[in-house]
Amino acid sequence: MANNKEVVLDPLFNNNPIAVQVLGICSALAVTTKLETSIVMSLAVIAVMMGSNVSVALIRNFIPPSIRIIVQLTIIASLVIVTDQILKAFVYDISKQLSVFVGLIITNCIVMGRAEAFAMQNDAKASMADALGNGFGYSLVLLLVGFFRELFGSGKLLGFTVFPLVNEGGWYQPNGLMVLAPGAFFLIGIFIWFLRWRKPELVTAD
Amino acid sequence: MRSTKYIIGFAAVVCLVCSVVVSGAAVLLKERQTINKQLDQKKKVLGVVSLYEAGEDITPEEINQRFSSNIVPRLVDLKTGKYVQVTAEELASFDQRKARQDPARSAAADANSAKVLRVPNHALVYLLMKGDAVEKLVLPVEGKGLWSTLYGYIALESDTTTIAGLTFYEHGETPGLGGEVDNPSWQALWPGRKAFDGSWKATIDVKKGAAGSVSDDPHNVDGLSGATITSRGVGALLRFWLEEQRFGAYLANFRNQSLTGGQG
Amino acid sequence: MEELISLFVKAVFVENMALAFFLGMCSFLAVSKKVDTAMGLGTAVVFVLTVTTPLNNIIYSKFLKESAMSWLHPSFETLDLSFLNFLTFIATIAATVQVVEMTLDRFMPGLYNALGVFLPLIAVNCAILGASLFMVERDYNLIQSSVFGFGSGVGFLLAIVALAAIREKMRYSNVPPALRGLGITFIVTGLMSMAFMAFAGIQL
Repeated sequence: MANNKEVVLDPLFNNNPIAVQVLGICSALAVTTKLETSIVMSLAVIAVMMGSNVSVALIRNFIPPSIRIIVQLTIIASLVIVTDQILKAFVYDISKQLSVFVGLIITNCIVMGRAEAFAMQNDAKASMADALGNGFGYSLVLLLVGFFRELFGSGKLLGFTVFPLVNEGGWYQPNGLMVLAPGAFFLIGIFIWFLRWRKPELVTAD
Repeated sequence: MRSTKYIIGFAAVVCLVCSVVVSGAAVLLKERQTINKQLDQKKKVLGVVSLYEAGEDITPEEINQRFSSNIVPRLVDLKTGKYVQVTAEELASFDQRKARQDPARSAAADANSAKVLRVPNHALVYLLMKGDAVEKLVLPVEGKGLWSTLYGYIALESDTTTIAGLTFYEHGETPGLGGEVDNPSWQALWPGRKAFDGSWKATIDVKKGAAGSVSDDPHNVDGLSGATITSRGVGALLRFWLEEQRFGAYLANFRNQSLTGGQG
Repeated sequence: MEELISLFVKAVFVENMALAFFLGMCSFLAVSKKVDTAMGLGTAVVFVLTVTTPLNNIIYSKFLKESAMSWLHPSFETLDLSFLNFLTFIATIAATVQVVEMTLDRFMPGLYNALGVFLPLIAVNCAILGASLFMVERDYNLIQSSVFGFGSGVGFLLAIVALAAIREKMRYSNVPPALRGLGITFIVTGLMSMAFMAFAGIQL
């Protein structure tokens, strides 16, 4: 039985799902051009992950092993649909910007990975903590990337101007690379570099 | 090992629970989502005639109120350029993009530089009313930029050539480059420009580099820096939609004041 | 025809699943250490995408879309099941992968052994589900979605094989220790993504 506090804190840096476990990068990066969408996406992933981890943990003793993957997938897909419906109903503008990427939470390996690796063996409370921890670890990277991309890419944060842009009469020439796909790859590469430089034990041979 | 019966039973229970949750959410939230969609549409129309500013804090009731007291939607038959007689419900449920996909209600477009493939037979336009007179016309436009199709509205003054505003409400252009079509300072360059030349040929264009002032260079608008193809696309799509076969006929009828009807 | 070619080129280069939309990244990074395995995964992705995208298109336009079921009975005219699309698509994909796997095992054991380990992985590859969701969002018809599915697959194959080739060569480079492995892979992917973006201006 793992200590709940550790379960929450460990995935932030030591065992970060994106930077160390290399999970769930797919749907994450495309929505990080702005901080706002990154925040909503993070919340959506945390919500889905808590829901799936808790429900899988609750029924873990009843799931027949032969169909466990499809059962997990069904639960996750249902939760994602509900999340998508809620986003469409309450934050319509943002849900439009997230477009297909909310749906892609289904195939986000973290959600499935945690359900299979953790929730199948632990009780609901610990699974909840695990979902929170991994959700936060995931969000941390998402928010960092979103922060830098919006700040340097369009001189704004959450839509408020931080650096006045040249074409609006200010001084900041926005860095177009940041808002494009390569910017996100570079930022994550640098984030991993930094993390492994601080924590050499994470360095993998390859 | 569990029995096959148990496995099937378990799968059935999981499916049942999930389907109840999913359809429950879908049914409960459906109404709200439809309202959101309509509000969104109204905001876009109000935006192009500067009755609403993006990010403005405004209640849904206010949007509805502003919309219904200023704007009259009308369905136009693009071939004849006349209003189509429809009921208010039909008008409210008209979806131009769906109409465009439906072979019965649309036609393939000839090769064109706006890269539009299909044109619907009918289009939904909005009239900004001042008393009984039409102050501005809002026409839907769409066409290819660099990455994506841009969807927007162009507002024309009642002389049908002076541009009153242009906004794009949906596109997937590169933020910071082509995405600058959303930039208010670029959009502010449009009002006052002329869409047509003296012989009613659509000549409006987005120039590479800077265009002159509204009075010196009325048919050109500054290009977006670093976004040549998006700029070219915007020019092409505007000319495409203003041509005779699209809104041209309707605009001519409007000028000749030969339009009647069109329940709305 | 011209439009379809343009769609194909766009799906392969400009809107590359992995490099422009970050889809299928997990397997993209995990299975790109060797060219052989990358080729295997890539081929499997092409295969599955080409089958599932049009299949999901049929399911969506005949069952899920608003008023899609009116061919069954006029009273279904107002039925809108499009909220079920995620669930249906993922089920179709999982089932297709399973069927493809069994068919290959039975009739083409050679190909099955080559693709074997990658096929189950593909069911949860975001690129597959992503293609189906893009297909819905962009309103592709059956032919367009077949071309789009195939093109996306080819784009993914191209990207993953190229990355694997670079990584094989990189083993002989002197990379700073903390950047080795994942870090440098991300940066290389970023550079590749920039290169692919150069195709953006192509107008066919």
